[in-house]
Amino acid sequence: MSKNTDHLCIAVTGLNANDNPGPGIAVIRALRDELGDKIRIIGLAYENLEPGIFIGNQVDKTYKIPYPVAGTEALMNRMIYIQERENIDVLIPNFDAELNNFIKLAESLLAIGIHTFLPSLQQLANRDKINLKKFGDQHQFKVPDDFVIHKEAEIIKAADEFGYPLVVKGKFYEAYVAQNSNEAYKSFHKLYAKWGLPIIVQKFIKGTEINIAGLGDGKGNVLSAVAMRKLYITDKGKAWAGVTVEDEDLLTLAKNFAKASSWKGGFELEIMKDDKGDLYIMEINPRFPAWIYLTAAAGQNQPAALVKLALGQQVSEFKAYKSGKMFIRYAWDNIVDVEEFQKIAAFGER
Amino acid sequence: MIKLKNNIATSENGFIFNPSTGDSFTSNPIAAEIISHLKSGISTTEIKTILLKKYDVEVKQLERDWEDYMLQLKEANLLTF
Repeated sequence: MSKNTDHLCIAVTGLNANDNPGPGIAVIRALRDELGDKIRIIGLAYENLEPGIFIGNQVDKTYKIPYPVAGTEALMNRMIYIQERENIDVLIPNFDAELNNFIKLAESLLAIGIHTFLPSLQQLANRDKINLKKFGDQHQFKVPDDFVIHKEAEIIKAADEFGYPLVVKGKFYEAYVAQNSNEAYKSFHKLYAKWGLPIIVQKFIKGTEINIAGLGDGKGNVLSAVAMRKLYITDKGKAWAGVTVEDEDLLTLAKNFAKASSWKGGFELEIMKDDKGDLYIMEINPRFPAWIYLTAAAGQNQPAALVKLALGQQVSEFKAYKSGKMFIRYAWDNIVDVEEFQKIAAFGER
Repeated sequence: MIKLKNNIATSENGFIFNPSTGDSFTSNPIAAEIISHLKSGISTTEIKTILLKKYDVEVKQLERDWEDYMLQLKEANLLTF
C-alpha cells in the first residue's frame, strides 16, 4: 500500500563521512532536497565517531546498532527498540557488509512498519567480487580476468598469467595496484588481516575511471542511471571530485545490468574505459555510492525515488540528466561538545 | 570538413568541455576564436581567411599553427570529420 511522502521518518546507515565516506550523509542530503524539512531522519551508526551522528541539520536522531557479525536476531531486537520510539517508514542501508542481514530481515521489518527496497540474497551474491567474472561471462559483460586465492603463494600463478601491475582486492572493500611481487604480497597480507579470505587478484586494466549510479526496479528495468567521471582520486581510490558525463554506451551498460540481474534498489557500477572505448566492469556495489547527491544535483534524485518505490508508489523512468555537473568534496571540522559525544558513547543514542 | 562535435560545450573565454568524456580544456584567445568559428559551422578556408585579415601572420605560419592546433583538437576527441 502506498503512503504519502509528507512527514516520513527515514532511517539511514553509512554516517561515516570520513576520507573513505559511507553514502549516508549524501543520501540524506538528497532526501531533504526533494522531500523537504518535514521528513525526520534517523541515523543508524556502528561507531561513536561516525561524523554524520553530529551533523544536526541532517540527522535528527541517531541510534547505534550492532555490527553485522552479531547476526540478525541482535539487529532485529535493536530495530524493534528503535521502531517503538521512532515509527520509521523507510530504511535505506548503505553498507555492503550489513546488507545480508537487512535483506534477511526485510519481511520482519515490514511487519513492524519499516519498508525497504533491497535486492535478493541471490542478486547480492551474483555481483559479489568473488562471482563477478562468472556473472560477466554469463551476461556478456566485460570483466577483467581474475584469480580468487586463499594462499599467498597463489599470487605467483596470477602474476604469471597477468604480469605486473595487477590489482589485489579485499573480499569486501579496498584494492591495491601492485607493481611487483613484494607489493602484491604486502597487499595480500594487509587485506587478509582486515577483511579475511579469499583475496581477489585481478588483471590490471588501464583506462579512465567512470562510475554509474543506478536504481533498478526489480523487474529488469533501470529507472535512473547517472554516469560520473572521476576527476580527483584519493590514495584509497575514492573519487574526491567528479563530473557527470553523457555517454550512451554507459547508460546502455546500466540498462543491460538491470535487465540481466533484475536488480532491485540502488547500485553502483565501477567502470574502466580503456583506450579502445571498451567498458570493463571492475566492481558492482549493491547500494548507492558516496557521491549519490550528484544524481540529485544533475536532475535524477535516486534516493528520493527509492523511498517512493519502497512505499509502493509508481516511479517513472528518468529520461535525462545534466552533464557537466561537478562535485568537489571537502573536509570540515565539526565542533562538538563532549556532552553530545557522551550521549552516543554512553547511551547508544543521541 | 572539420567540425567541432555537436555536444561540445564552449565558452567565450576559451573553456571547452566534452560532456561525453568529462574532459575540459582551456584555450588562449586566438584558439578560443577558432573554436567559436568552428562551432558556428563555417569552413576552415573561411576561418583561415578571417585570421589572415585580422592578424599579422604569414600564410605558411598560419598553416603550420593550424595543423598543430587541429591535431591537438583531434587528440582531445573534440572533432568530427
